[in-house]
Amino acid sequence: MRSLIRSTLAALTVATTATLMTGCMMFMKPPAASEFGRTRVGMAGVYRATITPAGDTIPQGVLQQWTLHLETVAGAPVDSATVTIDGGMPQHGHGLPTKPLVTTVLGNGDHLVEGMKFNMGGWWVVKFRIASAAGADTVIFNLKL
Amino acid sequence: MTPTHSPRVLRNLSAIGVGLALGILALVPALARSNPQAPWTAAERTMLKSLSLSSLAPLPADHSNKYADDAAALRLGNLLFNDARLSGNGQVSCATCHSSEKGFQDNIPLGKGVGTAGRRTMPIAGTAHSPWQFWDGRADSHWAQALGPLESAVEHGGDRLQYARVLRQHYRAEYEAIFGAFPNLQGLPERAGPVADSARAAAWARITPARRDSISRVYANMGKAIAAFERQITFTPTRFDRYVDAELAGRAPTPGDNFSDDERAGLRLFIGKANCVNCHNGALLTDNHFHNTGVPQSQDGARADSGRATGVRAVMASEFNCLSHYSDAKPSDCGELRFAVTDGEELVRAYKTPSLRNAVTRAPFMHAGQFASIERVLLHYDRAPSAPAGHSELKRLGLSGTEVRQLAAFLKTLVSSVAYPAPVTSYTP
Repeated sequence: MRSLIRSTLAALTVATTATLMTGCMMFMKPPAASEFGRTRVGMAGVYRATITPAGDTIPQGVLQQWTLHLETVAGAPVDSATVTIDGGMPQHGHGLPTKPLVTTVLGNGDHLVEGMKFNMGGWWVVKFRIASAAGADTVIFNLKL
Repeated sequence: MTPTHSPRVLRNLSAIGVGLALGILALVPALARSNPQAPWTAAERTMLKSLSLSSLAPLPADHSNKYADDAAALRLGNLLFNDARLSGNGQVSCATCHSSEKGFQDNIPLGKGVGTAGRRTMPIAGTAHSPWQFWDGRADSHWAQALGPLESAVEHGGDRLQYARVLRQHYRAEYEAIFGAFPNLQGLPERAGPVADSARAAAWARITPARRDSISRVYANMGKAIAAFERQITFTPTRFDRYVDAELAGRAPTPGDNFSDDERAGLRLFIGKANCVNCHNGALLTDNHFHNTGVPQSQDGARADSGRATGVRAVMASEFNCLSHYSDAKPSDCGELRFAVTDGEELVRAYKTPSLRNAVTRAPFMHAGQFASIERVLLHYDRAPSAPAGHSELKRLGLSGTEVRQLAAFLKTLVSSVAYPAPVTSYTP
């Protein structure tokens, strides 16, 4: 009985936290214009990353390829990293419509990213979670479509 | 006597003046909203342009179907689409549910073939622009979509060997002119296929893999011919398109195309406060993606329906997907499938955003005809109830009754005829 109460309380805590987090995200405001650059340093300060979408603008509603350039903050290109990608729309509380992947290491720190897609206008966040011998880091890009 | 004011009074007065000015500035957008004839802003004009049919991209190539733009395949597909011999009881064709007189749908809550389907019949116009077919996206091409209902026990109710026999008997010349020699069906049972019916499924299992493959190839080719027809079912311009095109060109719309105050206000809500354009974007007013919008269970509550969560598993496993043996695509052409999201709570009870073109003509609404009127649909989006399962993406809108009426008025400007290839009564090479 006690374990049932404990697990019910735990479930309620998780549900409440999830609801509050979702609610908070809905009211988030996009960051300042200076946070929307195509070159960003990771949260842990290990890597600097640059995204180069194919074409001048990021189109809406179609699959696209990007080049991701990775280097350490000291400027050394990184080719041997494990990179995973996620993101979404913080104000809407949903993720990316696709599961983009790094499919090819092009060399000199460049990586081909395939499967990127944005299905609606607004503020998007794309996160690259990077791990290599240099350390683990997450580089976050803000995009306005 | 001239009044004199102390510096404090002057400071207070100037503070009130600044406050009033700021208040008026804050009211400008609200005033624009309350004045339906207010000119469209630059950002609104950019949005309106993106929604006009004039902005629709050319028909995308279907690399998985090398016959997609073949005129002979289109003619054969047109015949097959209307042929009720392609069913278990000889009475159901694609056109039974996808009636050209009703914009290629049927206006009933659940499709009715040889039995009753689990969801609402989807319209066809413009769907060649979508990477996913069905409410749950369980097919990734028109040709794969066409093959689903044909072997469904409640839709056409037949099987692929039966259909191969119909094609061999009635369309052999047409088929061979497009796809090459018809396989030999001698010694095979009358009916067999990987269907729910256990006798026909067992008969299918007894056929050698090589012969099963040749029958499945005929079946896939049938789908490819039907797809060549279906991709030519398109929308024509609506009053909305003509209004926007005139507005953007700086000319007055012709009298019949001008928008009333309610229609303009509804359009402003559509691209603003009501957030409709988040999902209903682009020239077809759909993002071709899947969303849980808290739509209630089907009135036929016995059927559990988890939407995209099930659909994505089905398309990944489909023998007729873009990466399959029967597809004409290279793997690099199959990006939507390769990079599809395959798990997560967001897929639960997520359904494909339908185009809003002609939507008001398609009552009852939603994926199982849950709502009878467009006003009821708008109230649902206004109230944003919790989802029966998964998590709804909606937020409460706080629309007034007037705003609901204005949105409905705007949606009624999105109606036009559907264009489609003329019916074919007999084959003409």
